Amino acid sequence: MSTTTTDTLASPPKVSGDDGDTGHLEELRRDPIGLMRRVRAECGDVGEFRLADTELVLLTDAEANEVFFRAGDEDLDQAAAYPFMTPIFGAGVVFDAPPERRREMLHNQALRDKYMRGHAETIAEQVRGMVADWGDEGEIDLLDFFAELTIYTSSACLIGRKFRNQLDGRFAELYHDLERGTDAYAFVDPYADLEAFRRRDAARVAIVELVQGLMDSRRAGPPATDDDRDLMDVLLSIPGDDGGPRFTADEITGMFISMMFAGHHTTSGTAAWTLIELLRNPEWMQRSTADLDALSAAGEDVTYQALRDIPNLEASLKEALRLHPPLILLMRVVRTPFDVAGVHIAEGKMVGASPAISNRIPEAFEKPDTFDPGRYLAPRDDERANPWNWIPFGAGRHRCVGAAFAQMQIKAIFAVLLRDWEFAMAQPADSYRNDHSKMVVQLEQPCKVTYRRRTNP
Amino acid sequence: MSAENEAKRYRIVVDRDLCQGHGVCESEAPNVFELAAKATTVTVLDETPPATERAAVEAAVKYCPTHALSIEEIT
Repeated sequence: MSTTTTDTLASPPKVSGDDGDTGHLEELRRDPIGLMRRVRAECGDVGEFRLADTELVLLTDAEANEVFFRAGDEDLDQAAAYPFMTPIFGAGVVFDAPPERRREMLHNQALRDKYMRGHAETIAEQVRGMVADWGDEGEIDLLDFFAELTIYTSSACLIGRKFRNQLDGRFAELYHDLERGTDAYAFVDPYADLEAFRRRDAARVAIVELVQGLMDSRRAGPPATDDDRDLMDVLLSIPGDDGGPRFTADEITGMFISMMFAGHHTTSGTAAWTLIELLRNPEWMQRSTADLDALSAAGEDVTYQALRDIPNLEASLKEALRLHPPLILLMRVVRTPFDVAGVHIAEGKMVGASPAISNRIPEAFEKPDTFDPGRYLAPRDDERANPWNWIPFGAGRHRCVGAAFAQMQIKAIFAVLLRDWEFAMAQPADSYRNDHSKMVVQLEQPCKVTYRRRTNP
Repeated sequence: MSAENEAKRYRIVVDRDLCQGHGVCESEAPNVFELAAKATTVTVLDETPPATERAAVEAAVKYCPTHALSIEEIT
């Protein structure tokens, strides 16, 4: 990034609505997208709002976003920007580690391309398990269904099938309480006496107990063969300096929670929104189903290779991501002051980029509020044409390392679901919406759909 | 080398801010790209590969999950 700064440039313009107390914090907790839209409308590409003692400068066009996303941790620090995550991961896990160590941990071997083939089959197997008792027709809640499914897929792929097989719906409920514990009030005090924080802490204690129980039973009966080992067995086998076990149940829990966190609510929400948008736009449901039926007819199984070439479903998924990005505000703490778009941003402030705003900028996207997967089909390519505005996965150095895994996962999920089942909305089309009261965005309930077994698949 | 082959020479460009070392390029074009076991970004074994590798390199560019690769024609 350009670190040349001048003293002559002005500070960023401030958006209206500071309540004189915690600034815009209450508005962020109530209607974050409304707040961020107003920043762009009033201030342009760079504008500032206040969260208690912290000023957050929101950047919303390609030029400012590129500066944000290309910056290294030494200039724009990601670790310090998410105070609501520390009580969930636990001290010393991921966001508290130094950048080199974090890069190493983020570089999860399980996300490398050569493992994707195995993951595709694992995911398909988990989906088949979830629908095994569906009968011929029924109704599901999209939040409950996809949140549970993605607990199983992420634990099976990232930690191992053995660990996954020791989990049930109770773990998904505890995990949901962790996610609901991401109230923006954490910018004032992450340990304040709030219901959401009490439930978060109780859930983490319960998960540590669960993990401790698994550790005890595994120590009593170690894996017979290498094929029977998962990541938990590997961690248990590492000795500490004193010859005893290297990791406590609390530390292993922290690692597992953090490994699963980035890919859980994000994938769950995106799968749900992909289905909702396909139901709202029957032409694209028909085209996506035709993609999958063509694979079936060709005798293709749900493989990584087969999933690479289903353009209509892939375009529909990208469009669901553009319109309903699971993360709406990405943040950094400024360590090196810098100038952007004619304003000076001082050290100690926070800067933010917003997928919810940038993904719908009319200068970059024709009819930005319209669901149009055609914008990704040749000759159009709105994703590559807008590398710094099409940012559902962020961009640059910190771009989601699980992006390829996530897209493959959602395609694998629908490859199983849409081949055998037909879905219909069980409530008005415009009644499906997100709940933005926490930093982790989730579908607002009710969010029901009905399903029926296809007669002529 | 014939004039025709001469015209097809190309160079691989990697944006190091974007590469995260997923290794898709290595799967597509193993003669051209390598991801060492503990590496965080790709190693390009041949920056100006022969025309016979072109299709594999184009697949690597297409499927790179971070769009970190591009092809530059050498004129």
